[in-house]
Amino acid sequence: MPLDPDQLAARVAQDIEPGSFVNLGIGQPTKVADHLPAEIGVVLHTENGMLGMGPAAVGDEIDPDLTNAGKVPVTELPGAAYFHHADSFAMMRGGHLDVCVLGAFQVSASGDLANWDTGAPGSIPAVGGAMDLAIGAKRVYVMMTLFARDGSPKLVPTCTYPLTGVGCVSRVYTDHAVFEITPDGVRVLESFGTSVEELRARLEVPLAVDVH
Amino acid sequence: MSKAQIFASPDEAVSVVKDGDTVLVGGFGLAGMPFDLIDALIRHGAGDLTVVSNNAGNGDVGLAALLKAGQVRKILCSFPRQVDSYVFDDLYRRGKIELEVVPQGNLAERMRAAGAGIGAFYCPTGVGTPLAEGKETRTIDGRDYVLEYPIKGDVALISAHTADTLGNLVYRKTARNFGPVMATAATTTVVQVSSIVDAGHIDPEVVVTPSIYVDRVVQVEPRHYTVQGAR
Repeated sequence: MPLDPDQLAARVAQDIEPGSFVNLGIGQPTKVADHLPAEIGVVLHTENGMLGMGPAAVGDEIDPDLTNAGKVPVTELPGAAYFHHADSFAMMRGGHLDVCVLGAFQVSASGDLANWDTGAPGSIPAVGGAMDLAIGAKRVYVMMTLFARDGSPKLVPTCTYPLTGVGCVSRVYTDHAVFEITPDGVRVLESFGTSVEELRARLEVPLAVDVH
Repeated sequence: MSKAQIFASPDEAVSVVKDGDTVLVGGFGLAGMPFDLIDALIRHGAGDLTVVSNNAGNGDVGLAALLKAGQVRKILCSFPRQVDSYVFDDLYRRGKIELEVVPQGNLAERMRAAGAGIGAFYCPTGVGTPLAEGKETRTIDGRDYVLEYPIKGDVALISAHTADTLGNLVYRKTARNFGPVMATAATTTVVQVSSIVDAGHIDPEVVVTPSIYVDRVVQVEPRHYTVQGAR
């Protein structure tokens, strides 16, 4: 069976080292936080100026001055720190974050990322901090469904959507499989209820397989 | 100008804004948005403005109200499109406002450069993307960079938590966001705060924006607005 979004978030969380500084993008990647147990000491960064972000705020915890990058009210954990935007993006662009997890429209076989604009007529482009995360984090993980609603693959030989970053993605976590982007091509690390042959039949990207 | 002036009303504080000015507007969504200064700017009526802000307004309040009043010719921001950015979306689709999308880190760093006297800088953000098209690039130590220029404001309108009578500022939680960097990047920085205390009553070790960057301060009533919780 392909993974559901919560299972996928849990799978991403498994690969985050204890003690890492991590930025989770808006949307699905936010769910990864639910699968990071407190004892592993992962510190979450939010680009609007905070390290040590806690879970979403509920009830009386809601404070309009304390939100995440998606403008959702959140909480602070012991040891949290606040800082302004230039400092926050220095952390991101200066290579200080260990991992960021981003959603994507498309990822190419060479690790190009497209996740900010479909370029469709009438669309209003909005990039936020995506380009800064893409070039700045030590490892860029993408979390997405492997196929778009129309069935077309989102892991592609070359992105057709406008790029967010070039050659920046390390690993792609999807509902059907986990892929590592390497200088030698795309490797399948793990698959979920599907065979590599089936993946090869549906993707136009050459796939290598780790043999253990 | 030397030390900050304290004004009795937001209207007096924003009177420095002129037609055609570039106005840096603090806030990330609604957190840190200088609502009272923006409302005063709407009453003031200065037009043909270029606004620099992370978003392009939320709902009908704050920056969205300024856009709706037709006072903004162009906006530079990182993330205009949001679930509640309908005022901007409508103006943009009707061709009534010009948009320059700037990656969020470039928005912050370009203002930081303006405030720090940096003429331009090379940055890896956006290399190989449509937002770097037409810009000068350079390879340094094997990595590609894009040349980015400062963004300087005529006026910055920001919100902080507390000022002292000299204009030293402290902020509150993630409402700090763009305030400190915008304060450095404008000719005149106007700040709304929830409280003003005598000089000496903010621990010098915790001052975030030193008074040298602050020109005008006005105390306003804390605004209680609702934010939507997690969905």
